[in-house]
Amino acid sequence: MIAIAVFCLLQASLRAEATRPVIVASKPFGESYLLAEMFAQLLEARGLRVDRRPGLGATEIAFRALRSGAIDVYPEYTGTGLLAILREAPLASASAVYQRVSTEFRRRFAVRWLPPLGFQNSYAIAVRRATADSLHLATLSDLAKHASSVRAGLTPDFIGRADGLPGLQRAYALRFADVRALGPAVKYQALAAGQVDVIDGYSTDGLIARYDLVVLDDDRHFFPPYEAAAMVSERLATDVPAAVAALSELSGRLDERQMRALNRRVEVDGAPVAGVARDALSALSLIGAPARAAATDDRRSGVIAYLSSERGRLLQLTRRHLLLVAVSLIVAILVAVPLGLLLERTALRAEAVIRGVGVLQTLPGIALLAFMIPLLGIGITPALVALVLYSLYPIVRNTYSGVRDADPAAVAAARALGMTDAQILRHVRLPLATPIIMAGIRTAAVIDVGTATLAAFIGAGGLGEPIVAGLALSDTRMILSGAIPAAVLALLVDGGLGLVERYTRPGR
Amino acid sequence: MVAPSRSSTAPLRADHVSKRFGDLVALDDVSLSLAAGQCLALVGESGSGKTTLLRCFNRLVEPDTGRILVEDVDAGQLDPVALRRRIGYVPQDGGLLPHWRVQRNVELVLRLVEAPDAAERARAALSLVGLDPGRFADRWPRELSGGQRQRVAIARALAAHPKLLLLDEPFGALDAITRAELQDSFTALRAELSMTCVLVTHDLHEATLLATTIAVLRRGRIEQCAAPELLVRAPATDYVRTLLARVRVSHVATAVPT
Repeated sequence: MIAIAVFCLLQASLRAEATRPVIVASKPFGESYLLAEMFAQLLEARGLRVDRRPGLGATEIAFRALRSGAIDVYPEYTGTGLLAILREAPLASASAVYQRVSTEFRRRFAVRWLPPLGFQNSYAIAVRRATADSLHLATLSDLAKHASSVRAGLTPDFIGRADGLPGLQRAYALRFADVRALGPAVKYQALAAGQVDVIDGYSTDGLIARYDLVVLDDDRHFFPPYEAAAMVSERLATDVPAAVAALSELSGRLDERQMRALNRRVEVDGAPVAGVARDALSALSLIGAPARAAATDDRRSGVIAYLSSERGRLLQLTRRHLLLVAVSLIVAILVAVPLGLLLERTALRAEAVIRGVGVLQTLPGIALLAFMIPLLGIGITPALVALVLYSLYPIVRNTYSGVRDADPAAVAAARALGMTDAQILRHVRLPLATPIIMAGIRTAAVIDVGTATLAAFIGAGGLGEPIVAGLALSDTRMILSGAIPAAVLALLVDGGLGLVERYTRPGR
Repeated sequence: MVAPSRSSTAPLRADHVSKRFGDLVALDDVSLSLAAGQCLALVGESGSGKTTLLRCFNRLVEPDTGRILVEDVDAGQLDPVALRRRIGYVPQDGGLLPHWRVQRNVELVLRLVEAPDAAERARAALSLVGLDPGRFADRWPRELSGGQRQRVAIARALAAHPKLLLLDEPFGALDAITRAELQDSFTALRAELSMTCVLVTHDLHEATLLATTIAVLRRGRIEQCAAPELLVRAPATDYVRTLLARVRVSHVATAVPT
């Protein structure tokens, strides 16, 4: 027995040299970060190399990334797999759900569900303790009776899914006085501040305890079982079988009470995810005891102190951010300026084309990123493509208008004196349009700096990374550590391009 | 006595030229001929076709029927860009390129024809129109007065020594004193260079001052084409008579024995 174990370990460590790193991802919320980090540390403890891609967009993006082979594993919930991905009706028993997704995902997507980790994380409809006391709420049936006086703040995800609000309304004959869509990052604050009276959370959320909320009992068993499990690609099983073996060690090892405690440490106490994951694995005897007790991060230290302590990483993220902006802006200029000039020469279709480019601008960033994963995977390439698409419009529009409307008297004189159309474009229209084109480029650049924070959702890094993680872990300092440098960067980029504009202005 | 041959080289000729813009008849069977060294003024109201005719001469407008002959060659057979580089042009508002300094503006045509001594010739042209190159060559157009801008425009048109100069209401936007100064300078310049010119103006008084021949246009047709003295003494139509009555052409009237 020991010999076999040693042999396996040996084999694993030998193979690790030869095989590629395992790409471990998570969705952008606390528990997902934590589980992914546990996966990663466990794999590393078994001698495998790991590439971390935490905080991918949401279910859609993370799953597409897994299917397309851009990532190898991320924590997912069986109920989500059944309802949101397979789009099937809920099943009552947890094992039935697991069986169903297990079979179907393998057949249809070449994706494997490892045996569940041991806890469920279902939707939890939560109210303030004061509300529960005054209205005597304990169950969702109780809530249904008082729903007409209750304002709900629900995640857009929950409002839209069949296993969310629509199903809940039907199951409990429930009508809220008002339903507002709230982002996951703000719903707890909104509830605590009395802006809304009821929210959707997750049953293992650490924040439920932090805000002293009451989770109402699903007495009609509407919510299907959401068992957490590692979801891995078949490719990983082929390429690095040792990784699947290592991840399976976690199966059945975590119960709800443990998970809530771990989430609480991350979300409420503000302990670093890596430390909590290490402690958890060590408590399960899956890795050796940590050399030191994980330091509880002092979340109360100031933002400035935090920025300064993280400056190395922030500098690196800022560099990445700047790289994303610079490359996408240059490509956008190389595409949009010639396009604008071309459109001026063929004025007929110009408005239609420019409007088409404008439509790109209205696509929500996350949607655009999700579309691109099957084509380009995740990481820096799809992020750059998305940023280029977002930057085109102001540049094309300004180039076209600027060149078209360049001083008509100057253009007429140039023609009358014998300039060819090409010479007029190059020597008259283009120089006269330069300030307007530069204004378009500046607009694009500032938008770009903001939009580039979305790159974090597809694992392209940049200053969006602490923003996304901070939102997920409800850590304001972490959010600000991304947002402040991003704002400063926007100002600097705008100012820098302003200087360039001054130098390119004709007849300055 | 030998009549001058019809085939001797005319710098510019319009031969039954007509042009319509949609329903609007801009030019209706216009013919005229210009001898070397003459200055022709095209006079008429807005919409008379005078500017359209001018623009036919360097092919900014293509006639529907009829021909323009430049030095007896059908302009329609020439490359329009090459033709325009041979012909000087002064637009109404100067049309200086605002992103180029005066020097670069005046060099425009010289550079298009790749003249080797563009810089010197541009400075010479500035001197010719009464602007000191030392003071003006490095200025931006927006740093000039209206009259100075117009002088630069003339210098630009003359810099490549064209045989033919077209001017589209060149002094129309100037105040009275500046206009008078430029008119004097122009007359002197023309005498010095003995250049063939076509000048569009709505101002008959200006036409009598500057031109050797005046063509009065109305609704795309030539009402009368004659020397200023003749036009004043013997207007051919009621329209020309009415036009004359509106302006004081005393300098011509006194010069002409009654």
